[in-house]
Amino acid sequence: MTIAGDVFRLNLPQVLDDSPSCSQDFHVLAVDDSHVDRKVIERLLKISSCKVTVVDSGTRALQYLGLDGEQNSIGFNSAKVNLIMTDYSMPGMTGYELLKKIKQESSMFREIPVVIMSSENILTRIDRCLEEGAEEFLLKPVKLSDVKRLTDFIMKGETKGKEKRSHKRRRSDDQSSSPSTLPLSKSHPSLSPSSLSSKRSRLQADFD
Amino acid sequence: MDRNQSHRQLAAMKQSLFDQGYLDEQFIQLEELQDDANPHFAEEIVTLYFRDSSRFISNLDQAMERNPLDFGKLDSIMHQFKGSSSSIGAQKVKAECTLFREYCAAENAEGCMRSFQQLKKEYAVLRKKLETYFQLAK
Repeated sequence: MTIAGDVFRLNLPQVLDDSPSCSQDFHVLAVDDSHVDRKVIERLLKISSCKVTVVDSGTRALQYLGLDGEQNSIGFNSAKVNLIMTDYSMPGMTGYELLKKIKQESSMFREIPVVIMSSENILTRIDRCLEEGAEEFLLKPVKLSDVKRLTDFIMKGETKGKEKRSHKRRRSDDQSSSPSTLPLSKSHPSLSPSSLSSKRSRLQADFD
Repeated sequence: MDRNQSHRQLAAMKQSLFDQGYLDEQFIQLEELQDDANPHFAEEIVTLYFRDSSRFISNLDQAMERNPLDFGKLDSIMHQFKGSSSSIGAQKVKAECTLFREYCAAENAEGCMRSFQQLKKEYAVLRKKLETYFQLAK
């Protein structure tokens, strides 16, 4: 279901931004079928000095990127996307399917980091997404500290060729602004380091 | 005097909403996203939540009239309702959603019906409290 006002919200480069520290041209495409979550993620990203485009489905995301195979007449989607953040559970195309489509691209779109967001902490799901090339898997509700940590290290260009490992904290009582980096508590026996082309992160297995 | 009084009332109300478990930390996260340029962000999100929730409840009402119940469909709607409840910090409503989904998974129609009634109650209470809260905050 699409709501006209919500589907394409573009921040064109010339538009004045609320955020005082918007010196970066860091453009995030956020994908979520929930109105509430779209509004929240948009705000989180704007506060983190990003330019944001929000769409309500994987199909719209592909259209925006010009990857839907159609002759795309939307001129402004040449605004480069630096990061895609997508919900996992969406009707139609899931976030996982969107991730696969992007990573299967033979073009430079394949290089765009994709982050999956989900309300469900299911290890097999997380593993699957990371194996498919997701940069990070965030548990919802996503917090400002998550977004800041994410955009910080992506902006620093640490996504390619670096074995950076971090834990997503399950409990959100963190007050500090610096990201915490913890060693992996378990290794995945079936994945060899050479087969991983992007950063791996692991969620704390919360079996308490 | 008046303003101090209403600030105190607001703070007290907020505290009680947390103490009684209606809201969790996520609500604070939303309020922290407010600034001078966006002073009513939390209220805007909550208003959106009310709108979506009404739709979810109405869809659930319809789906609950089917015989037999389509547990897959019910679960799917409830997953969305749970998600947005979680996003605004609606702790009790979220817990009811979880319970409902457990009954769906067990294909327990009785349980679903009871849980749905309880959910609607919780939601109504929360809505009233939040509406009062934002009224006070003006």
